[in-house]
Amino acid sequence: MATSTIVTSRTSRRVNVTETRGVWRRLDWMLVAPTVALLVIGSLLVWSATANDEGSARGADTAFLVRHVTNVAIGIALAGVIAATDHRWVRIWAPLVYLGAVGGLVAVLSPLGAVINGSRSWIIVGGLSLQPAEFAKLAVVAGMALLLAEKTETRRTETRLRSSDVVAALTIAAVPAVLILGQPDLGTLLVLMATVFGVVAVAGAPKRWLFALVGSAVAAAFAVVQLGLLEGYQLLRFEAFLDPTLDPRGAGYNTMQARIAIGNGGLFGQGLFSGSQTQAGFVPEQHTDFIYTVAGEELGLAGAGAIIVLFLALLWRVMRIAALADDMFGRLAAAGVACWFGFQAFQNIGMCLGIMPVTGVPLPLVSHGGTSMFATLMALGLLLNIHLRTERSLSAGVVLRGRVVRSRRF
Amino acid sequence: MLRSLSRIRLVVVQVMVVSLFVTLLARLWYVQVVGGDSYHAAAQENTARTVEIPAPRGLIVDAEGRPLVTNRTSWVVTVDRDVFQQLRRPRRQALVHRLSRTLGLSRSEVIRRTKICGEPGAAKAPVCWNGSPYSPVPIAEDVSQTLAASILEQSEDYPGVLAEARKVRAYPAPFGINAAHIFGYNSPITSDELEAATSTGRAATSPLSVVGRSGLEASYNRYLSGRSGRREILVDSTGRVISSGRSVPPKPGHTLVTSLDVKLQAIAERELQRSIDVARETFDPVTSRNYVADSGSVIVMDATNGRVLAMASNPTYNPNLWVGGIEQADLDRLYSTRAGTPLLSRAMQGLFAPGSTFKPIMAAAALTSGYSTTDRLDCSSSYVVGDRVFKNYESAAYGTISFAQALQLSCDTFFYRIAHAKWLQAGGDSGDTSIRDVLVENAKRFGFGRRTGIDLPGEVAGRIADRAWKLSYWKANKDYFCKIGDQPGNDFQHVFAREFCVDGWRYRAGDAVNFSIGQGDTVLTPLQLAVAYAALSNGGTLWEPRVGKAIVDSDGELVRRIGRERASSVPVPARVLRYIDKALLGTGKVGTMAWKMGGFPLNQVKVRFKTGTSEVYGKQSTSWVASYDEQYVVIMQISQGGTGSGTSGESVRKIWEALYGVHGTRVDTRSAVQPGAHPPQGLPVFGPDGSISPPRGNRGG
Repeated sequence: MATSTIVTSRTSRRVNVTETRGVWRRLDWMLVAPTVALLVIGSLLVWSATANDEGSARGADTAFLVRHVTNVAIGIALAGVIAATDHRWVRIWAPLVYLGAVGGLVAVLSPLGAVINGSRSWIIVGGLSLQPAEFAKLAVVAGMALLLAEKTETRRTETRLRSSDVVAALTIAAVPAVLILGQPDLGTLLVLMATVFGVVAVAGAPKRWLFALVGSAVAAAFAVVQLGLLEGYQLLRFEAFLDPTLDPRGAGYNTMQARIAIGNGGLFGQGLFSGSQTQAGFVPEQHTDFIYTVAGEELGLAGAGAIIVLFLALLWRVMRIAALADDMFGRLAAAGVACWFGFQAFQNIGMCLGIMPVTGVPLPLVSHGGTSMFATLMALGLLLNIHLRTERSLSAGVVLRGRVVRSRRF
Repeated sequence: MLRSLSRIRLVVVQVMVVSLFVTLLARLWYVQVVGGDSYHAAAQENTARTVEIPAPRGLIVDAEGRPLVTNRTSWVVTVDRDVFQQLRRPRRQALVHRLSRTLGLSRSEVIRRTKICGEPGAAKAPVCWNGSPYSPVPIAEDVSQTLAASILEQSEDYPGVLAEARKVRAYPAPFGINAAHIFGYNSPITSDELEAATSTGRAATSPLSVVGRSGLEASYNRYLSGRSGRREILVDSTGRVISSGRSVPPKPGHTLVTSLDVKLQAIAERELQRSIDVARETFDPVTSRNYVADSGSVIVMDATNGRVLAMASNPTYNPNLWVGGIEQADLDRLYSTRAGTPLLSRAMQGLFAPGSTFKPIMAAAALTSGYSTTDRLDCSSSYVVGDRVFKNYESAAYGTISFAQALQLSCDTFFYRIAHAKWLQAGGDSGDTSIRDVLVENAKRFGFGRRTGIDLPGEVAGRIADRAWKLSYWKANKDYFCKIGDQPGNDFQHVFAREFCVDGWRYRAGDAVNFSIGQGDTVLTPLQLAVAYAALSNGGTLWEPRVGKAIVDSDGELVRRIGRERASSVPVPARVLRYIDKALLGTGKVGTMAWKMGGFPLNQVKVRFKTGTSEVYGKQSTSWVASYDEQYVVIMQISQGGTGSGTSGESVRKIWEALYGVHGTRVDTRSAVQPGAHPPQGLPVFGPDGSISPPRGNRGG
């Protein structure tokens, strides 16, 4: 096994050196285009949502916009670094990223962590606030993909994933999941569960494992409610989701106001910086979790629908990358990112539209929030990396086939 | 195999993702296009607010147009509960902290003041908000204008907090008058009242309105309250005003012109206090201590039409206590017997045995039912009815005297004889409760036992202890007394209880003779006595007392006059009334008031007097002075105050001197309190600039 890895890496490095000049051209523009579009729209929405804060004139307050654009820039830089990194190094870095994320989650639960909106999810270091749970999603995707890839790529006769492999992969996910439950951050936990399920499924786990996963998730949810492990505000949010008119000034307030804002947009919206709900600040957390309501009110069905379509385009491309990936790591990592983005975007937009309960997850690439932005863009960097490698393999079909043949022969 | 399985699984994931996002698109279309209109309306409702602008209440002025009750500006700091409750915890805590610092209240106090009465964690009124839950809740009143301005300037630091200038009641107290019982008080409108007002379409009421609860404020609330205005504004989620829309200014309340005269009111209040002070200095030989003089009242009324010119009750209270909501401790004190129940207006809510002031009424009854003005009866030192001896006051004996002398000297045995004879005539102790006793029926015709109909709320009717009343009283109380009577013991209490148990309903000779001198179970208000004496003055008309004289709108235009109202007439021949009138004229000259009226020009200012000292079981005697002439009636009463002339004689004389401008023995009506010694007929003149001047053509009249 050790030899095989070395040989593979040596081959790719050689290929890498010869093909570097074409990287810019071979970048996956089908992935980059919707990403950039979402980033631009997100920046405008964050600007609109925060421009009127603290009594300043319309559009005058750009403090949030500046911070947001800075976050985007840092995120793009991080993505660039990851995309340009050698494939081999990515696989070496993945366990370190994983350990770092777990360390961060532990730190959150220690006195270093800060409680915001009922969850102990933040570490505040010198004015900079970080949410390790966001990195944990990336870490779990990379960690599981790496583990399952290592397990399957070395076996030649095995046609199925062993149960021990699934258990090992689930353990990788379980450690951060338990820590996130301790915060508690139910939204992130849900996203993580969907991601894990996606990775395990795409990895080709036996069906009984998939059923067992779904079954245990349902049982866990039931147990949590029955044993009263949910915080009061979480139950209220859920009840408010079922019937927002129950308590329109309390728990149902967010849901009601969010829906009023989106409904107020109509077909073409009130225009950027002109939504009455948005500019009067009726929707709480509007620049972060409820950013989609700004799109709904100010850009209308046209703009808000465009965001959904852009996400579809992005996800379609991510899944294409997964399908085309020539190795298990790339496929699983891409599939994991697709499930992560897909479920999180659905959860967030669904919450704004009132078809999902309120849980505090940001809209990827759009919401204001540094950690989420970094983790999302880093994941996209990883996808670019995978894509680049696939491209390379396709253009150097002989090498690929040679490697495959060779590795099979071993 | 694994690879192809993985590929198939990936396709499944793709299908799921696509279907989820298609669901989102469908839902988005549903919310924005199908539900768009209703959400659009909800969004507008979110930002549009109607701010009620309460109307300033109308003024209350006296007959000369001098302001008695006005308004002043009070800066009030309010909190919008909607905004306050939606604030994130750290921001809310910061706000509470900031408010507690600027207003000088503790943080818990600030939070308690934002609570609505009855909700969890709310304190008692007035700390909790008893008004509408939808209006901003006042948390501090009468703050300085500087503080109000600073809150308004730093609105970002005070989300949902406003400083508003509101009009609240002010009492300028000209000449140091109090008159709290006449003015009454207001309190904020309750949510029930607001709901009722809104549902009946009376949009004139705002959640910030106050409602008159007593006195003139209550009875003329309709005119005084005005019509509240409204301003439409757009606000953001923190209650900050983004822009202002249409506004309707409030319509101030009408001005109430009263028949009161502040100078006279001031004199009446001062003299009432002086009488109480005199009584407290006077030794009571019966109880062997000074008189307690726990309370008293004085009424000055226009005898020709029942208009109240001055009326005071003592003890009284500071009407400012009610402004902006009364504190519970203050309210407890106003109701407490230890503080002398200052909230009670003795003049119209206090019930007292009339004592000898009842005798002119009895004389009128006797003289219209068989007795003649030439009749003379024995004023012996005592009179025996059955086995009971009824003594004359201080056991004096004057021999055979006329009705006039009996009134002037206030001879009890004279009236005992009449009452006993009339009682026997009516059938005596026959047990027939349907018998109508002549003296009792006559007293009823003078208005006793029913409300006078004054334009102030809360008046009590008093009680005539006739045969029917005795029966009903016995029915109501016999069980109690029979139980006491069953217990062993031969003291007064037990013997009385046993007798009462058997036939306490009987109207005995003792009841009849007691009634004739205003003793026993018959009680009345000083105001009823004033109305009855006015009838003696004006030839037999019982006028409903009136404080309100006219309603004038804020532009000075007359809205309506409040006319005099005839309640009934006393069926006593003019000849009899003239006789009694003449007799009472002698009281000040040769009768019970003579020792207080030395040197008073009674020939020019012909004041008729009747004094009274009524005994109260278990208490010191009530002192009365009732007096009148052709124009005025003056009644003064002191509870536990001793004898009428001794306690109040001096004070009543002072009031009459003021009414007619008497200086020593000289009369100068030009210097009278009411020029010409007549209440002004016309109304004050209201200038377009808001100025008020006295009625025209009033001088030297």
